[in-house]
Amino acid sequence: MILLDRVTKKYVRSEGTALDRISLHVEPKEFVIVIGQSGAGKTTLLRLLTREERPTSGKIIIGSIDYDKLKDKDIPLLRRKIGVVFQDFKLLPNKTVYENVAFALEIVGVSNREIRHTVPKVLNIVNLKGKEDRMPRQLSGGERQRVAIARAIVRQPRILIADEPTGNLDPKHAWDVIKVLEKINRYGTTVLLTTHNRDIVDKLKRRVVVIQGGKVTSDRASAGYKH
Amino acid sequence: MERRLITLWRIIHTGIVNFMRNVTLAVAAIAVMVVTLTIILFSLITNATFENTIAQITNKISISAYLEDTTTEAQAKVLVAQLKKQPSVHRVQYLNKDAALKAYIAQNKNNQNLITAAATVGNPIPATIQIYPSDLNEIQHIKDILTTPENTKLQTPGSPSYNGDRKQAIDNITHATNVLRKIGVVTVIVFAIICALIIFNTIQMAIFNRRDEITIMRLLGAGTGYIRGPFVVESAIYGLLSAVFSILIINSAFLASSNALQASSLGLLDINYASQYFDAHFFQLLTLQIAIGIIIGTASSVIATHRYLKFKTK
Ligand SMILES: Nc1ncnc2c1ncn2[C@@H]1O[C@H](COP(=O)(O)OP(=O)(O)OP(=O)(O)O)[C@@H](O)[C@H]1O
Ligand SMILES: [Mg+2]
Repeated sequence: MILLDRVTKKYVRSEGTALDRISLHVEPKEFVIVIGQSGAGKTTLLRLLTREERPTSGKIIIGSIDYDKLKDKDIPLLRRKIGVVFQDFKLLPNKTVYENVAFALEIVGVSNREIRHTVPKVLNIVNLKGKEDRMPRQLSGGERQRVAIARAIVRQPRILIADEPTGNLDPKHAWDVIKVLEKINRYGTTVLLTTHNRDIVDKLKRRVVVIQGGKVTSDRASAGYKH
Repeated sequence: MERRLITLWRIIHTGIVNFMRNVTLAVAAIAVMVVTLTIILFSLITNATFENTIAQITNKISISAYLEDTTTEAQAKVLVAQLKKQPSVHRVQYLNKDAALKAYIAQNKNNQNLITAAATVGNPIPATIQIYPSDLNEIQHIKDILTTPENTKLQTPGSPSYNGDRKQAIDNITHATNVLRKIGVVTVIVFAIICALIIFNTIQMAIFNRRDEITIMRLLGAGTGYIRGPFVVESAIYGLLSAVFSILIINSAFLASSNALQASSLGLLDINYASQYFDAHFFQLLTLQIAIGIIIGTASSVIATHRYLKFKTK
């Protein structure tokens, strides 16, 4: 369960309000699409959930974790429960594709054997077989994006946040990624997806939250929404 | 336990891999560290050499107490024992009249006239207590003991004396060595501080270049130790390699200077002794350099990573 109650975020170094008293309630295992124009505040919303940013005011609760009571030392534990596909990928530049994905498992103390077993499987899912030993700088934009996706899903997190995960992908690859997200969602992961892609919004038939100028302006199931 | 070992191994492994992947950065950092560690090593050896020069000067200086012929050997022994107890006294030598004469003859064997003269008079040389101070600054203290009323009575007038009464010269040397010693210690400390700052700055730059990595690892939920560990390992490798290189540089400098024979002494700096000192203390110096390199390296990386590991506050 994700709960935001009148959450406001003003960045120190910017004039306006990135998020303005946003309230949102996401059930466990739900699949929510967040859309909105560039600068609407989608990424900001996701950053608040990972505690990359702190809200200026308002309440955030994920599962049993009340963010107001969250201590710094527990932030890593929170982040390990959430898989994130960052809009700008945030791959580790000094690690290979394989190591980037393995890193997500290493930090939660997964055994080497399990890492050797899991990482190739996940890389296979995102069609990156054979590129394990490349450095991120040796990959195309779309390939990098898929590494980011592999890294986010490899831990089978309870919550998956995907910020524009199809931004650099052609329709075929984009759709492959969406299918992966749906599959993960079927296995019980809550998915928060932001996108500019109307086609995906229309075809997915899920709950769609529209943000405009930092406010939720619409929150409804798209036609034929099934939960 | 097993999981901790795995984590430790992963940290070390990642540190080594990162070291090899960031060769350019590593070479730059190590170059700076080698130069600074070499300066520390040089100032250490120079300081030891100065100390040796001072010790040699000290060794050549002694105080002589000339005893009256009426002073019995037993009285002399008491005085010797009293002097030996002083921490300021390095060595005491007692020569009775015969021994003193022999020593006098040995010293002046080229001057037959003096020897004949001495022999005609019957032994004119007084029994002598020769006192070698452990430190030039303590001469006055030794003199104070010798000039107590009861001790003065045992000695001839004009005793005690510095070797041939070169008081002014000895005072000058004492003063010079004191200054030299202070300069040596201050130099080592100042260089050590400057070097630590330079090394810290270098590592800080290297980590600044990779601050994004730290931020990303943080966002993925990595713990502080797991992020910082590989950086610390990497800096420790810098420190280790730099220490070894600095030792090699000094070593080849000594080899080169021993080939050029005339360079056995550069003013106050006794190159021969410095070279001997380096050889004799090779492993201590190597260990010390490695310790300094690793300690400054790891401490710097711990401090330098700190700011990028912090969580956002409101
Ligand atoms: N670190 C920051 N400091 C200051 N202002 C910021 C920062 N990050 C975002 N903003 C501002 O906050 C607003 C919302 O930005 P945000 O990144 O959430 O938009 P977005 O909806 O994700 O846009 P896009 O679709 O382009 O990714 C924008 O006006 C942006 O300029
Ligand atoms: Mg965004």
